[in-house]
Amino acid sequence: MAVARPVLKITGLHKRYDQLEVIGNLSLEVRKGEVLVVIGPSGCGKSTLLRCINGLETIQGGDIELNGQSIIVGHTRWNLVRQQIGMVFQSYDLFPHMTVLENILLGPMKAQGRERAEATKEAEAFLDRVGLLDRKDSFPRQLSGGQKQRVAIVRALCMNPEIMLFDEVTASLDPEMVREVLDVILGLAEQGMTMLIVTHEMAFARAVADKIVFMDQGSIVESAPPDIFFQNPVSDRARKFLNIFQFEGVKKEERHND
Amino acid sequence: MFLGIETEFIAKALPLYGQAAWRTVWVAACGVALSLIIGLFCSLARYYRIPGLKSLAAAYIELARNTPLMIHLFFLYYGLPRVGLTLDGITCGVIGLAFLGGGYMAEAFRAGLEAVSRAQIESGLSLGLSRRQMVRYVILPQALAVAVPAVAANTIFLMKETSVFSIVAVADLVYVFRDLIKEGHSNENLFLLTIFYLVIILPVSILFNRWERRLRRDGIGH
Repeated sequence: MAVARPVLKITGLHKRYDQLEVIGNLSLEVRKGEVLVVIGPSGCGKSTLLRCINGLETIQGGDIELNGQSIIVGHTRWNLVRQQIGMVFQSYDLFPHMTVLENILLGPMKAQGRERAEATKEAEAFLDRVGLLDRKDSFPRQLSGGQKQRVAIVRALCMNPEIMLFDEVTASLDPEMVREVLDVILGLAEQGMTMLIVTHEMAFARAVADKIVFMDQGSIVESAPPDIFFQNPVSDRARKFLNIFQFEGVKKEERHND
Repeated sequence: MFLGIETEFIAKALPLYGQAAWRTVWVAACGVALSLIIGLFCSLARYYRIPGLKSLAAAYIELARNTPLMIHLFFLYYGLPRVGLTLDGITCGVIGLAFLGGGYMAEAFRAGLEAVSRAQIESGLSLGLSRRQMVRYVILPQALAVAVPAVAANTIFLMKETSVFSIVAVADLVYVFRDLIKEGHSNENLFLLTIFYLVIILPVSILFNRWERRLRRDGIGH
């Protein structure tokens, strides 16, 4: 099989807040149709990494290429770049003054200048796929967290982006709503969507990822296919991190001591 | 006679007050409309920190908010003719009210703009909206919703401020009141004056209240 072209290529990225280095000399590549999952402890720079890719953060060094074109060097028209990058945030951030459908159509119609009829058709097809077509005229306040997040995903998808970025999209959801959102992302992976996902859901990461990237203190510590990473992490730091998600049988021992 | 009030006089004076009330409403409406435009412009200049305009807007806002309307009117009506610009009373009234109100409306809109969260802005930017589209579709609708209560308070305040217009010879409610009171009937005149202010201001108050309630129900703004 021929190796797919890289959609996103980051080389030697540096991100600093004043003197504090948040990301140091980070390089990675996401190929077309590939799903990369970034995991790591809080504050390791994984969310910042996503924010740098669509220009919500300025960077202090290195380069980011989208489809072979640098979006750093030269005069970047960020609104045009962002139209090719779908971003979904932890807190959904739907526009409260618009209905579900209006939320989804804003980007395609205003930013991309597409026809209402054509964009609506696509929006409704996506909404149907995530099981929310009957809520298209609802306002965000009338939806549950999981429903809002599914709408936010559709809103990003409707721009027909080259790549989707997911920033801990289930982190503020109630546990019973996590599944419905993750299922949508799994569905996208099956259809070959190129994705860069930051998550704390380890089982999901393992299921969806083509490659796991483990970050700590602003750089990539190791990256490997999920089966290898989760069974035999090479670095101490990755092993320690994965141990956090393991639980010992505490109760049994307590009973023993009685 | 009714409750000690001379009804014949009321019937006679009613048309005069009615006319004055209409004039008051008209001048207030123009003044408020202009103050909304000035306020929006100034608040955006400050919000986007536009060099030059930002400080100009800030200086204007302080000047407008910290000087009385009477002084603005004196300046327009008695000061400007000295540099060759003579304006009639109504024009002075509209401009004066717009000048005063612009400062207050700017502060109301600024509070609204600052209430739009960073997350909302990033969410809009991520869709690839341009700066102008962001203002129009994401920022302003939310900011205006938050600003509605303050805009309502300012509008009512400005309508009441028209009561000093008689000093620049605008035949408003107070002007008619002062004219008629010379011939007595002070109770009847005071009664009419109060009623007419209520008649023009209360509906505005009620409409704004409804609007605020609906926005709250929709969960937009605060």
